[in-house]
Amino acid sequence: MSTDTLTTKAAAAPAAAPPRGRNTLRARRRRDALRTLAFMSPWLIGFGVFFVYPLVSTVYFSFMRYDGLNPPTWRGTENWVYVFTDFPQLWPALTNTLWLCLVMVGCRVVFGLGIGLLITKIKTGTGVFRTLFYLPYLAPPVAATLAFVFLLNPGTGPVNSLLESVGVPGPAWFTDPAWSKPALTVLAVWGVGDLMVIFMAALLDVPKEQYEAAELDGASAWQRFRYVTLPNISPIVLFAVVTGIIGAMQYYTQPIVASKVASGVMGGSGVTFVPGYPEDSTLTLPQLIYSLGFSQFNYGAACVVALVLLALSMAFTALLMRRRGGLIGSGD
Amino acid sequence: MTSSASPALRRARRTALLQWIAVHALGIAAALFFVLPFVFVVLTSLMSDQQALTRDLTPNTWHFENYLKVFHTDGFLLWWRNSLLYAGLGTVLVVVSSIPVAYALAKFRFRGRHLSLLLVISMMMLPPQVVIIPMYLFWAKQMDLSGTLWPLIIPMAFGDAFAIFLLRQFLLTIPNEYVEAARIDGCGELRTLVRIVLPMAKPGIAAVALFQFFYCWNDYFGPQIYASENSTAWTLSYGLESFKSAHQTDWNLTMAATVMVMAPVILVFFFAQKAFVEGVTLTGVKG
Repeated sequence: MSTDTLTTKAAAAPAAAPPRGRNTLRARRRRDALRTLAFMSPWLIGFGVFFVYPLVSTVYFSFMRYDGLNPPTWRGTENWVYVFTDFPQLWPALTNTLWLCLVMVGCRVVFGLGIGLLITKIKTGTGVFRTLFYLPYLAPPVAATLAFVFLLNPGTGPVNSLLESVGVPGPAWFTDPAWSKPALTVLAVWGVGDLMVIFMAALLDVPKEQYEAAELDGASAWQRFRYVTLPNISPIVLFAVVTGIIGAMQYYTQPIVASKVASGVMGGSGVTFVPGYPEDSTLTLPQLIYSLGFSQFNYGAACVVALVLLALSMAFTALLMRRRGGLIGSGD
Repeated sequence: MTSSASPALRRARRTALLQWIAVHALGIAAALFFVLPFVFVVLTSLMSDQQALTRDLTPNTWHFENYLKVFHTDGFLLWWRNSLLYAGLGTVLVVVSSIPVAYALAKFRFRGRHLSLLLVISMMMLPPQVVIIPMYLFWAKQMDLSGTLWPLIIPMAFGDAFAIFLLRQFLLTIPNEYVEAARIDGCGELRTLVRIVLPMAKPGIAAVALFQFFYCWNDYFGPQIYASENSTAWTLSYGLESFKSAHQTDWNLTMAATVMVMAPVILVFFFAQKAFVEGVTLTGVKG
């Protein structure tokens, strides 16, 4: 309807009326643009209101002193200097994140690959095994974390009971700064189902002929894995490592719930809780944003930490996008 | 038959059998690692208050009434309702608002299409905590909506980057010929989408809906930021932790509550497993 009026208007235009064909083309272009705009509109609004605006605003607040009550005042680089030189929790959070990237991500990738290999070799009851291996990944993080604080509680937890029954003294897990991150790693490895699925798909895609050729050449099982399997699945391994690192930088729910529950601090409203128990050993950057912003009401410093987190995730996202050009696809 | 087999063949068969045993033994060991935590949680949830504080692994007497106790705890039903509202409404809104965007990105040609896609992916990779300060100030100070779940639900009416990306990947697998044929027959863009494309995209939509439902159900950070001040707006994921604090020594009740938060997600997975797996595999085809 609007198209018809557009074309007739154009056709009725007097004097230097260009050939009709071009006009309908222009009208069609305009109609197409409007159509695209209409279809894209939910996201365009969302992009502006929930992405561009808050990002710009975060940069703005990082230069302001603001506590939510008094009007914000310009403080230049004060927050930046504070966070990088005087704020005692930034460094523990960064070293914890590094630990998580190396050990937790490493364990998850190795274990996920192992389970993926195992499931491709299992010939009887594959479906049952696959479902059992995948199930923990679905457990809601808060519930899974509570379950593991119970399982690993040093006094009466089943894990330490079992360990002591075979003569191994169990560690204090979530209440010992040296063991809290390993305990979180056990929890993360338990929910390795997502990696298992992508490794399984990748392993089934390795061409059979390459294994047959290697076998004819007398390659051992390890050599077949090292020279046939690994080169074929290396893009997926890289994908798992980089997405794991991005996830580790955003690691939030499990450490904060574990430290709250293990320290016995009341959850819920009206109680200040300083995350990181025990001794800052489970601190991560998002928890700093939370405690700076929502228990110390130092919004400026919280925004500085948020921008540090943004810079780190962007660096690794760029790495992921460059190495996996196929992620986007051509669309043609 | 065995007697006629050559020694080499017999050896090969024996190796195959040994390998079968080794692989399945490993498989059972791994299955124990994945399943035992669930088993201990369920067993503890059925113990008496006193026994839950001991090292016992199995209940002496079975206390199924623990589940009733949890169910009748103050707030538990309300948190349940809030979780369903957040997850249900959030899922519907995300699916409805993301489909047209994904369709435009997959099937329309326009300037800035590639850029839009790159921006969608950047949004997908943005940690939600990065923009939480201005977002909170916006919802709490300007919209006066803190203490409710609306700051979490309303943004979902404007598309979700992950859902858009996944649906777009899925729509790419639908041949353009269908869309073009509909256009030639004089079918409008919206009708083409609803009548022709959507029925073919059901598995992809189902997968996106499931992911979104799980995301909302599991979300802890969002309710913590916006709803913590008002316990009538808490979700199960958020309330569960305070349940533990209120029942500091009642591991049996805490574990019963834990089971009740896990169960719906796992049930949904079992009912929708086919759609889930189908969606994920199909999405991965042209990933």
